[in-house]
Amino acid sequence: MDKVLSVTGLGKCYGKGCPLCITATGPEHDTNLCPYCGTVVAAHDVSFDLHEGEILGIIGESGSGKSTAVKCLYFDDAPDSGEAVFHDGEQSHALFDLNAAQQRRLRNHRFSMVYQNPNLGLNFGISAGGNIAERLLMSDMLDYARIRKRVKELLSRTEVLPSRMDELPKNFSGGMQQRVQIAKALSTNPPLLFLDEVTTGLDLSVQAAILDLILEIQQELSTSMIVVTHDLGVIRSLTNRTLVMKYGRIIEAGLTDQVLEDPQHAYTQRLVASAL
Amino acid sequence: MGYVAIKGGAEAIQGAEELFEYLRCARGEAGSPLDSATIQNQLRQLHSRVLSEGGLYHPELASLAIKQSLGDTLEAGFALRAYRSTQPRLSETPLIDTSKMRLIRRISSAFKEIPGGQMLGPSNDYALRLLRLELLDESPEAFRQVAHQWLQDLPQDRLPDSFPKVLDALRNEGLLPKQGEGKAQAFDITREPLVFPVERSAALATMARAETGSLLALAYSNMRGYGDIHPTVAELRVGYLPIELPHPVTGEPVEVGEVLMTECEVVAMYDKPTDDKAVMGSDIKAGTGTTQHIGSQPTFTLGYGACFGHNEVKAISMAILDRALQKGMQEGPSNPSEDPEFVLLHIDGIDSMGFASHYKMPHYVTFQSDMDRLRTTRRKHKETAL
Amino acid sequence: MSYPFGFMDEYAKKEVRRGILKAIAIPGYQVPYSSREMPMGRGFGTGGLQLTLAAIGPNDTLKVIDQGSDDSVNAVNLRSFIEMTCPGIDTTASTEEADIIQSRHRIPEKPLSEDQLLVLQVPYPDALVVVEASEEKRKQMHSEADYSRLLVKLYEDIVKFGEITLSHRYPTRINGHYVIDPSPIPRWDVPRLHRAANLTLLGAGREKKIYAVPPYTAAEPLEFDDIPFRVEDFRDEHGHRRRCQRCSTDDSFLDEFINEEGDTVYQCSDSDYCNTRLLSASAIKERCLG
Repeated sequence: MDKVLSVTGLGKCYGKGCPLCITATGPEHDTNLCPYCGTVVAAHDVSFDLHEGEILGIIGESGSGKSTAVKCLYFDDAPDSGEAVFHDGEQSHALFDLNAAQQRRLRNHRFSMVYQNPNLGLNFGISAGGNIAERLLMSDMLDYARIRKRVKELLSRTEVLPSRMDELPKNFSGGMQQRVQIAKALSTNPPLLFLDEVTTGLDLSVQAAILDLILEIQQELSTSMIVVTHDLGVIRSLTNRTLVMKYGRIIEAGLTDQVLEDPQHAYTQRLVASAL
Repeated sequence: MGYVAIKGGAEAIQGAEELFEYLRCARGEAGSPLDSATIQNQLRQLHSRVLSEGGLYHPELASLAIKQSLGDTLEAGFALRAYRSTQPRLSETPLIDTSKMRLIRRISSAFKEIPGGQMLGPSNDYALRLLRLELLDESPEAFRQVAHQWLQDLPQDRLPDSFPKVLDALRNEGLLPKQGEGKAQAFDITREPLVFPVERSAALATMARAETGSLLALAYSNMRGYGDIHPTVAELRVGYLPIELPHPVTGEPVEVGEVLMTECEVVAMYDKPTDDKAVMGSDIKAGTGTTQHIGSQPTFTLGYGACFGHNEVKAISMAILDRALQKGMQEGPSNPSEDPEFVLLHIDGIDSMGFASHYKMPHYVTFQSDMDRLRTTRRKHKETAL
Repeated sequence: MSYPFGFMDEYAKKEVRRGILKAIAIPGYQVPYSSREMPMGRGFGTGGLQLTLAAIGPNDTLKVIDQGSDDSVNAVNLRSFIEMTCPGIDTTASTEEADIIQSRHRIPEKPLSEDQLLVLQVPYPDALVVVEASEEKRKQMHSEADYSRLLVKLYEDIVKFGEITLSHRYPTRINGHYVIDPSPIPRWDVPRLHRAANLTLLGAGREKKIYAVPPYTAAEPLEFDDIPFRVEDFRDEHGHRRRCQRCSTDDSFLDEFINEEGDTVYQCSDSDYCNTRLLSASAIKERCLG
């Protein structure tokens, strides 16, 4: 399988930093806050590969660094160290060497993000269809009838009634808003999709339906995905491989089945045990 | 058949201006024209306001501007500004140390006693706002008597030329951030447009000639809930600031005159040192470890306001907004008064009143275009309804 | 006390000229400049005025129009100010004779030549302001030619009204990159910016921006492939093009007004165009009768 993304040694600190930050923090110290200078070591030495059509899960509690890692990859934040190479067909992009305009270009055309909070992914002042149209317009689709058709297809695919495409997203339920976000994210067939706690806060039945939808789409389009969650259920139902993070470090990585059946790290063991 | 737009035009403008000029002189023989000194003294606060909003320190032309605009502060400030556009720049003053100001008034609400002492100076802060009906019929004799009496009772002891600054005491104690090096070149808003993000000196300059009411409204919004600056006036000073220019031959600074100024420094509640701000700005939850601060200590924060003339409300408002804008520049605005674009682009009286007035001009063409859109849309609507 | 030629001091004029050169070099890009206070209100054409004052010389002939008319109150005011501060210049109402035409809300109907300069007065220079309030972000969007949010606005218009409701100030892409606010000219005038022989300069006084559409430069209104941009429709209920009730022309932008009898009548917005038509019509009539 072809690699889509390879991340090496990604690190991010918040604070002024000191020579002791790294050695004084991490799972073995039970903190991500440097006791000498107060710096938060949000992520350190995060490395992994993502292959075509694969769903990679990152699990951890808040402060584990899972969101920081994804934010850096989606250019919402800049890392302090490390590399990430995005392989896009013939081209390879060293993500952190790109200038801001190049980064925004990738973000708008080749990546997509579905946020936990639909407010971040959707503009509530314009119609659901308008939200999706924005991404299509960004990719220079300038035919109104074609845009309408594509929006209807996407909404049908994500099980939103196309007849509601001209309504404002604020009139929709939380689950519907997530479906619109997913439709928007998929509109340009991006090879790489980030999902940040997409089912958190939704009813259980709605959660299940959204997860099913994501799986179906992944099978249809073979989009590569990175799923960030604190919910073992999401990891279990979606992902092929899993990274477990704690205090900014990856403490365990492997095939999801393996991690769940035979967890190695004490923290993972506790996590799996508590979910049973 | 005449061309419709021709109606009015040049003669109408001429007539309107003549009528406006007549209003200025409407009392006929009973009236007498205002002279510059009368405006500068008897309308002192108005005069101060025009000096500061006009952004040109020219007391005589400020009086003239007030006279010809019939006392409209916006129009008077405007006339001064427009005059300024015709004048070349001959020289630039070096940085001026405002502690050299010859004060007529200084107060601090932070301390009961301040080095050099409080000096109330001229103020009606504590006067009852009752109409002084006796002034309705003030005789010239009584008027002159006031000045005469006051000069006679003048105390003989001389005031020192300058006073120490209240903030210096706090600074010596380390309760204020260290004073940065004064920038040799401040941003010049009369020569460069504001392109955001802008530096603090650009914000200060814009506020120094802003419209008083606009500044007050935005500063007030911060005071009463849309913001959290909670200021204390460390020092409010009014006085004459000597202006120096380099001598054309020797290059030595020479005093060339003085300007009446109001200056205000506010102290706002302390802030964590900048290192911690990054942590506060992130969504990372701190672990269980304890923080040990090495290095910087929390300090009070400052806001600065200064403008031409005697304009206390303006100087205080400006100081509060300066503090609010600094916060917005560092951490991102969380309310309008902390947003540099929002504040700085909407406080200039000359800009905003001009734009408000321009709506009085004809907009036939754009309105024709609006009607075309509405009619077409209505027609479409009807067609789809059928 | 007397004023310098062109009112502004020489340094100010030089700065405006530098801005003009930069604006021509980067078609459609908004060049910031310091914008001096002029002795008329912001919004009354102080941006256009500074361009005119920086460009005009004592041998130039100037035409000033507002709403297409030379005699509209504001045009009269601006013209007499420029005459007062620029001794030696000539003024004219004829589009053809003018070297510099300063205008608010209209482009003259008669196409301009390479030797002519059109100065448009601009209240809001940035087409993106309707979708993004922050100038800092707008600059970024312009630099990347990212106008998707503006297009979404058009999309939403069509969804809601079946029509693009933008009536004037129609966003127009210059030379394939920067989208400008072409000033509040009606849509009628937008196609006449496209590859025009003359230089068009746009100046915003209050917003402190100069931008340009250089000669023979593409100026294309934003539109969808299948829903083209449309100019104002001057057809009556029977589908006939309305005529100017004064000169009878049917190819100009019309002002609509209610006459003293209470009827709606139409008349050319461009007074020079109307007058020229009328003169040539009466000349023809005379010749026929004579």
